[in-house]
Amino acid sequence: MSDQVKSDVTASAIAADAADERLISSQGLAGAATAFVGRLRGGELGMIPVIVGLVVIAIVFQINEPTFLSSRNLVSITQFAAPVGVISLGIVLVLLLGEIDLSVGSVSGFAAASMAVLIDSRGWGLLPALVVGILVGTAVGLLYAFLYTKIGVPSFVFSLAGLLAFQGALLYVLGDKGTVVLPQDSALRSFAREKFLTDVQAYVLLVVVVAVYVGVSLLTIRRRREAGLTPPSLTAVLVKAGLLLVGLGYLTYYLGIDRGWSYLPVLFAALVVTMDLALRRTRWGRHVFAVGGNEEAARRSGINVRGIYVSVFALCSTFAALGGILIAGQLTSVSQSSGTTDTNLTAIAAAVIGGTSLFGGRGSAWAALLGILVLQSIQSGLNLMNVDSSVRFMVTGLVLLLAVAIDSVSRKARSSSGRG
Amino acid sequence: MSSTVEAPVRESVLSLTGINKRFGAVQALTDVSLEVGAGEVVALVGDNGAGKSTLVKVISGVYQPDEGSITFAGRQISVGGPSDAQSLGIATVFQDLALCDNLDVVANLFLGQEWRRGPFIDEVGMEKEAWRLLRTLSAKIPSVRIPIAGLSGGQRQTVAIARSLVGNPKVVMLDEPTAALGVAQTAEVLNLVERLREQGLGVILISHNMADVQAVSDRIVVLRLGRNAAEFVTSQTSTAELVAAITGASDNVVTARAQRKGEHQ
Repeated sequence: MSDQVKSDVTASAIAADAADERLISSQGLAGAATAFVGRLRGGELGMIPVIVGLVVIAIVFQINEPTFLSSRNLVSITQFAAPVGVISLGIVLVLLLGEIDLSVGSVSGFAAASMAVLIDSRGWGLLPALVVGILVGTAVGLLYAFLYTKIGVPSFVFSLAGLLAFQGALLYVLGDKGTVVLPQDSALRSFAREKFLTDVQAYVLLVVVVAVYVGVSLLTIRRRREAGLTPPSLTAVLVKAGLLLVGLGYLTYYLGIDRGWSYLPVLFAALVVTMDLALRRTRWGRHVFAVGGNEEAARRSGINVRGIYVSVFALCSTFAALGGILIAGQLTSVSQSSGTTDTNLTAIAAAVIGGTSLFGGRGSAWAALLGILVLQSIQSGLNLMNVDSSVRFMVTGLVLLLAVAIDSVSRKARSSSGRG
Repeated sequence: MSSTVEAPVRESVLSLTGINKRFGAVQALTDVSLEVGAGEVVALVGDNGAGKSTLVKVISGVYQPDEGSITFAGRQISVGGPSDAQSLGIATVFQDLALCDNLDVVANLFLGQEWRRGPFIDEVGMEKEAWRLLRTLSAKIPSVRIPIAGLSGGQRQTVAIARSLVGNPKVVMLDEPTAALGVAQTAEVLNLVERLREQGLGVILISHNMADVQAVSDRIVVLRLGRNAAEFVTSQTSTAELVAAITGASDNVVTARAQRKGEHQ
């Protein structure tokens, strides 16, 4: 399995991070696999429970309803998961700080209504109306940040107030009409409903993604070697890249049998990758994790804690507004029920199911993507089986409970194995 | 009162005079002064509640003093916040360490002053520097990529001390640095303190451990109930004198009377 670092190797030949004699050094592919199993045992489950959950969901529904894994259904899952996923991405950010935003649904509805009314009643063009709609979200987020940082209202309270207030604002903006339909030729409508990547575009994008992954990994390997640190295993990188290429390639082919990749999931995935990069590789992201982990320590380190709160609340509501606008495009209209039914809880549940801790400091942008896939798959499967929405709510509730239970168990495993 | 000594002639790096700090009805610091020279280790001692940690927080910018002035490198300054202190060159190791449990060692070492390459964090450079820093402290940390939560108390202390050295400070404050450490690690920390002095840094060491204080400090400043109680040159002071000054054992009717009689004779 793993090769122990031999003690007779001269000190200079050992990388700085592999010098400690207690360290079980793992090299090559086998080493990477061992380290992975060790992490699982230690409760560092990461994305594993969600992925296992997705597989279980797929099998269960496929047995009951053979059209579940059809290209057509998978395309519709990816398409309908994306807008709420965008909202969920904002929730992930807020949860990383150990806060909550219960009002994302109402804000999404209100922002979409603001945009729709500007187009419909005021005759604005799509672009300015869309910008105003998104800025409505940003403004709400800044208001929340002001309430939190300057007045000290807990996020649970002001977002609960926002849940009601912005639902009211939605009704007010819509007026007596009740429903505003987006124009037939609206670019937003076609973007959310009819635009799909062509086969060529999809495969080119796929190759670019894998190439970028390999390129960045090779650069990292070179830089770490130059710095005298253990580089990641080249074989492991290539195997991962291969799996990525084959997996996404097959998915692209399979979706391509129907309509292929809709623009919506591609936009959503791009947002997830961007946020993931921002969270893990920029100062801002590092500081978000620090504030979520130990706010006082972050403050004493000279981090602008208030600025972090402002940016995160603003981003969360902005994502909510964007998600609401995409939903409006998908449904072609904004109505009094936009963002009111289960948008809120689906977005929050997705973030938690995806593995974001409710207590701050732990999670990833990918949680939004995986979590919303789980929820959308369940919804789609139950719809195919003609199950009543009452059952759907109950199932979603159970899944959420299960996800939090898995998180709690893995937290115990982490603390007993010293991984926090 | 015990003997007060003139500070040795050294270039003063940090000097505080007339510091007052109130918390509601509590006067935590009254007219406190403190001076640290370059290449000098000043121990700050006192009982619980003497105001040591409050003074540390005033210097590190966590609290603002109500009155008093702070001079740093010959210039009157006001420390508006922890980042001010950092950029001036005052580094602090807090008693509760102020580490983020969910972040790894490298992230904690450079928290608030991450190195950058373009828009991104320079993980490789930071990790390399982290190993260099930890090696100068002979730190026993197996991996810098595990979350702080997975480290022992002594290892966390080492990380906290290593963090104070990031960014070449002029003054390092250590608040109870040896409280959670084993015998060997304590010796390591004391070695480190001496190494800092050799590098010409001013060191403020807060400790309850008289042995540690007497082992490494040049001067000892005693605080009691938020005031300057006494100041000693370490080499000319006995433990008994120190303890008396800390507890105020010499500050009662009996000793006052004995002293008066002594003066009359």
